[in-house]
Amino acid sequence: MLNETVFLVPTSYFVILSAVLFSIGVAGVLLRRNAILIFMSVELMLNAANLAFVAFARSLLDQGGQVFVFFVMTVAAAEVAIGLALIVAIFRSKRSTDIDELNSMEG
Amino acid sequence: MPGVILFAILALVAILSAIGMLTSTNAVHAALFLVINLACIAVFFLGLSAPFLAMVQVTVYAGAIMVLFLFVIMLLGAERVPLSSRLRWQAPLAIALVLALLAVTLLVAFSPQVQGNLVNPRPVPPEAQGFGSPQAVGETLFARYLLPFQMVGLLLLVAMIGVVVLTKDERKPTGHISENAQASDRAA
Repeated sequence: MLNETVFLVPTSYFVILSAVLFSIGVAGVLLRRNAILIFMSVELMLNAANLAFVAFARSLLDQGGQVFVFFVMTVAAAEVAIGLALIVAIFRSKRSTDIDELNSMEG
Repeated sequence: MPGVILFAILALVAILSAIGMLTSTNAVHAALFLVINLACIAVFFLGLSAPFLAMVQVTVYAGAIMVLFLFVIMLLGAERVPLSSRLRWQAPLAIALVLALLAVTLLVAFSPQVQGNLVNPRPVPPEAQGFGSPQAVGETLFARYLLPFQMVGLLLLVAMIGVVVLTKDERKPTGHISENAQASDRAA
């Protein structure tokens, strides 16, 4: 049966893993200069948060956390669609996805 | 105990793939590293009594979102993503700030106030059988969270319209207007 809980490990393990993944995502946003990679790092941060949500939902046996993860995934899908559309639009005018090149607000 | 070993292996793969994504200089490789990471998270969901979310994670994230990423990378031909930055002082500062963030997060997570409220998971009691199954999540979604669900639907509609507007090729109409403007300038 699928709903056997394999990870009967302390919740704090998941909190540590979530914090580490989130920090790697933050490092990606701060260190990389490419808009596509920055988006991937944001996805990584959202996933780290989702992992913490599911771990807490399991430990408290509350379905609300899982529903919230569902909403986060929906928002992430919308965000990626808009963000990649913006990147394509910027690439058309600037021929680059490097955010250091984007230092003016004019199209 | 087998759970802890499985957790350690999966956590290692997740962290290594995240670091691989962070350091790769090819955008396609970065996207594939992220797929590994998302798959690891999906396995964690499966092991945490969330089979519905695990399947959604695979189809929506590893499926739809990453295909969109790879599609855009290949459409733009922007695979090469060099690591170098024009701001030399930024990298050490960023790493220091990230380590500070991690330290603060762990400090809060291991403070006595938080640890006192953390509940470690117990085996699912018989009355909560089916926890995290599609049926149970659907019942919670449509009973307790109906309004947020409708709002998310609206958000997706707005995002769809926004994407269509953003990617519409608007060179033709502007060219047309400027031609008209030039014509009227000449006429004047």
